[in-house]
Amino acid sequence: MTSRYTFGGDEHIFVEVDEAMSLEAFFKSLSMTNAVRESAIKGVTEICPANASFQIKFDPDAIHPDDLMTELKRLEEGADQAEAVLNTRIIEIPVYYQDPWTHETLMRFRERHQDPDASDIEFAARINDFNTVEDFIAAHAGAPWFVSMVGFVSGLPFLYQMVDRPRQIQVPKYLRPRTDTPKLTVGYGGCFSCIYSVRGAGGYQMFGITPMPIYDPNQEVNYLKDFMVLFKPGDIVKWKPIDREAYDQAVADVEAGKFMPRMRDVVFSLDDFNKDIDGTNAKLEEALYAG
Amino acid sequence: MPVKVNTAGLATTIQDLGRPGYYHLGIPIGGAMDRLALRAANLLVGNGENAAALEAVFMGPELEFTEDATVAVTGGELPPKLDGEPRETWTSFRVKSGQVLSFDYLRAGARAYIAISGGIATPPALGSRSTYAIGALGGVGGRAIQPGDALPLGPQDEATAEGRSLPADLRRAPGNPAELRVLPGLYWHRITEASGRNFFTDSWKVAPEADRMGYRFQGGRALEFVDREPPFGAGSDPSNITDACYPYGSIQVPSGAEPIVLHRDAVSGGGYFMLGTVISADMDFIGQLQPHTETKFVKVNMHTALAARRSRAQTLDQIRAALS
Repeated sequence: MTSRYTFGGDEHIFVEVDEAMSLEAFFKSLSMTNAVRESAIKGVTEICPANASFQIKFDPDAIHPDDLMTELKRLEEGADQAEAVLNTRIIEIPVYYQDPWTHETLMRFRERHQDPDASDIEFAARINDFNTVEDFIAAHAGAPWFVSMVGFVSGLPFLYQMVDRPRQIQVPKYLRPRTDTPKLTVGYGGCFSCIYSVRGAGGYQMFGITPMPIYDPNQEVNYLKDFMVLFKPGDIVKWKPIDREAYDQAVADVEAGKFMPRMRDVVFSLDDFNKDIDGTNAKLEEALYAG
Repeated sequence: MPVKVNTAGLATTIQDLGRPGYYHLGIPIGGAMDRLALRAANLLVGNGENAAALEAVFMGPELEFTEDATVAVTGGELPPKLDGEPRETWTSFRVKSGQVLSFDYLRAGARAYIAISGGIATPPALGSRSTYAIGALGGVGGRAIQPGDALPLGPQDEATAEGRSLPADLRRAPGNPAELRVLPGLYWHRITEASGRNFFTDSWKVAPEADRMGYRFQGGRALEFVDREPPFGAGSDPSNITDACYPYGSIQVPSGAEPIVLHRDAVSGGGYFMLGTVISADMDFIGQLQPHTETKFVKVNMHTALAARRSRAQTLDQIRAALS
């Protein structure tokens, strides 16, 4: 992996670690952004890690763009040697797949879809060679996912499936983006899942909805009182399929201030993962449900 | 004592100089689209440059004052009226308790800044009062102002002088056709050399989809892409990339058709390639472009971008000196 460095106008440097998505590219991006933060380079105002790239915003009155570029390239050597180990957390996210609200929405935008006669999840199941939607849901909810980027809009996580590449689900985005997506829709585009943090436009396929707010500008949700955004890059997510009854109960619990997401601190090693993917995932799940 | 909103205009929002530091979470910097105009409006009424003011787009609100204050309107040419009597733009004037501030129709530009002495004192969110409507953050309940809202004001200094005016040569507005200087980069290599030339020689027009998130342009030739094997995770369209960060001012061209320049309420990232970035010195101008305005993109290098930035900083210093 050789990173590509380029300027985004006079206030940004954009670094593409790799054209293609992989956990290796994500870890290198994360490690480089951590190095930039730790080195406290003057003039740096925003450090934004992404899936396989990252972006630095800076004040060119404080540091010349060429000098910052030199500094970032110097940090890459260290990042190459950094051990890909992450102290992070695993969070369970309940999902009501094939819910009535995303279904109503997808029906309104059928003319923008590749397969107007199927629902989004039926289409995704078919093109990924699953016999049934149930099998597809079992695969989507089977292995954990990495939050490899937070962004687009407020606190929206991009999630990368922690399985080997042949098992990874890939689904194209809508032909033309919708003008509406329900808040907390669990979506899919390319190789990424996402959770829409707010209602709005969107191009990802819609599979279901979570009752669990992940962004609260009013900071009234009990687990978002310290900070309004739940996710950060490096978090691990495990989907938990739930039915309508459990969904309604969770929504009521959130409103009553009683809902606490299940989450546990874990250590993730990329080497261990690559040596034994299913074994590593099983241990993560064990940690999530222990005690 | 608050300012009462009688009518709201089209999409009038409370804005200051924005909330840096949260772009990595998808929360953009926001703030006034035309920052020089906001700073000038605040200086005219004796506020700090970062005080919160109203950003009115295309159409002004009607405001009823419940205490005396000083007001200045800058940016796009949106002539103010006090109890129906015309007042000058770019010039401070006194408003007495009970008087009503309204606006004539917009003569030029797209966004006017209405600064009130004391500044609008709605509760800050993440260090800023700027309204980020997509994330329901800042402003009044995270949205544009509405009839019936009461806008609190901060403490006023002793009666601020009225009749202060910014000299005409320090009022900045885009030319016609508008010129936006662009530093090529990011995923420039994805388009063919011919398409790269066309982008800068073609005439573009601002599309109706032009808001605080971004400005779309139409009328130039579609871009052609260099062939490639789609990288894993990017998507099959030649304009797709593995979802990445978007710089402020970056120009994405979904499917090669219509360029979109991201502005203060930018989406922080996504899966479309970008061919370059509008330089920081020209960002304010974009906020003053009306739909259908003819626009040329002008290719520049970093040296020119930095010189333009210095020139802009000098203009701000001159504005400060003129209003100190």
